[in-house]
Amino acid sequence: MKKAFVYSLLFLAIIAGSSFKFLLPNSPKSLLKLPGGFQVHVIADSLGAARHIAVTSNGIVYVKLAKLKNGKGIIALRNLNGDGYKKTGFGNYIGTGIYVKDGWLYASSNSDIYRYRLDGNGEVIDTAHAEKIVTGLLDRHEHNSKSITLDNSGYLYVNVGAYSNACQLQDRAQGSPGMNPCPILDSAAGIWQFRTDKGGQTYADGVHYATGLRNVVGLDWNNDIDQLFVMQHGRDQLFQLDPGLYDAKQSAELPAETMYALHEGDNAGWPYVYYDPFQKKKIVSPEYGGDGKKTGGENAIDPIAAYPAHMAPDGLVFYTGKMFPERYRHGAFIAFHGSWNRAPEKQKGYFVVFQPFKDGKPNGSWEVFADNFAGSDDISSPGQALHRPCGLAQGPDGALYVSDDAKGTIYRITYDAR
Amino acid sequence: MLGTGVFSLNFRPTPAEAYLSGPGPSSMQRGQKIYEQTCLPCHQADAGGVPGMTPPLQKSSYVQGPAPKVIGIVLNGLNDGVEIDGESYSNPMPPFSTALKDQDIADVLTYVRSHFGNKASSISVTQVSQIRQRLNK
Repeated sequence: MKKAFVYSLLFLAIIAGSSFKFLLPNSPKSLLKLPGGFQVHVIADSLGAARHIAVTSNGIVYVKLAKLKNGKGIIALRNLNGDGYKKTGFGNYIGTGIYVKDGWLYASSNSDIYRYRLDGNGEVIDTAHAEKIVTGLLDRHEHNSKSITLDNSGYLYVNVGAYSNACQLQDRAQGSPGMNPCPILDSAAGIWQFRTDKGGQTYADGVHYATGLRNVVGLDWNNDIDQLFVMQHGRDQLFQLDPGLYDAKQSAELPAETMYALHEGDNAGWPYVYYDPFQKKKIVSPEYGGDGKKTGGENAIDPIAAYPAHMAPDGLVFYTGKMFPERYRHGAFIAFHGSWNRAPEKQKGYFVVFQPFKDGKPNGSWEVFADNFAGSDDISSPGQALHRPCGLAQGPDGALYVSDDAKGTIYRITYDAR
Repeated sequence: MLGTGVFSLNFRPTPAEAYLSGPGPSSMQRGQKIYEQTCLPCHQADAGGVPGMTPPLQKSSYVQGPAPKVIGIVLNGLNDGVEIDGESYSNPMPPFSTALKDQDIADVLTYVRSHFGNKASSISVTQVSQIRQRLNK
């Protein structure tokens, strides 16, 4: 009944020839909601756990999978004749990170980083032989995605997430104290910098670029100001771990998900502090003697922008294209994966956000750009979400690509004011 | 009179539960409350888990598996990047040997093993005590 209603709405919209802002992707329930003038097309679906994506200068879309699809961990999507996207696969490892720059495709497993030479058409020359450029990054299951981005000086940046929520002696156990100093910080909970052109690098060859970042999945290099920006997933379970200090409602709204503009040597404060978006302060974690009010982290940097708790920012891309209206240029798109840690409150944040920027700094408040990936506002458990945004990439024509790692849908968002 | 206190308001035994001779409604009520306080934050209201992070407890081969194994998981936690029914999960489960008493564990396991599409035997406090003693040795 509902289906028939949606279809008739679409039919009406089509015959009216209007600038109807909802277009049908692949299921009537998950019509993406976009601002006026934007269109969305599904260019692939059912890829499974489609994590990050990268697009070549001639429009080939490479997708990194966290679960092999027909034995392949990377999918290439091509629309060479304009008659629809055809897909091929290669790479027998799972992972999250993927990036294209200067004739190379970079991809990560949960412990290594590889690169593949591209030909002039953006095709991988030898899909069977990847060059392993970084190896032995820590994978202890929790927060093991290795997202990557590149600067313009021959370096790549990779996050190594903390294999922990709050660096307790016993991870996620009520009453377990925070370890001090936190031993995780030596080889995880930070960003490492490596050469893009050198094989077999390990931790010892890299630069420990930034620390105190619990788990970063979305990161991008801002070419306007030549600086690395990262999105941190804030800690979980303040109420479950410390019911004497926090109630369930506070735990659902604390701490913020945070954006940092990093310089080499920066420390963002995890696990000793978290960022409270209401007090707008770095607050000492309860595992380290905090009471919900005591401030700390004097040597740690402040976030450059803050977003609601637990929404899980998994993708970040600075928009430099010319297709979208002027106000989007130089701003950031952020793919939020959607929460699981808000119960008993409803879960939220299954959307792509736009953060306006000016002169390399956030300028004004964020706004929801693409919504309704979940197919409903009434999500009590993340498994109910039809789609979950994860990766973002900009195409050569300025279109924005979004991946969904719940079902493996790849969206192409375009703008045409007519 | 089914149940006592505030939980009688929202507790509705299904016919199957009412028929069960083992755990009475009060054990099931207590199990539900423990589920909501202790398990739900990660395993979710519908026991659907968090894809890639926390395993679902719906129609689960683990949940419906041998009693000693399930009791052991609650007491000891699970921290080795577990793969269940073909999917892998990254987040660890902490041990609940301190936070939950034997009766709590029996109640919550009995509740979970008879809800969310699971149909497995109830767990008694004696079974939990035996496993705890074995693990403590």
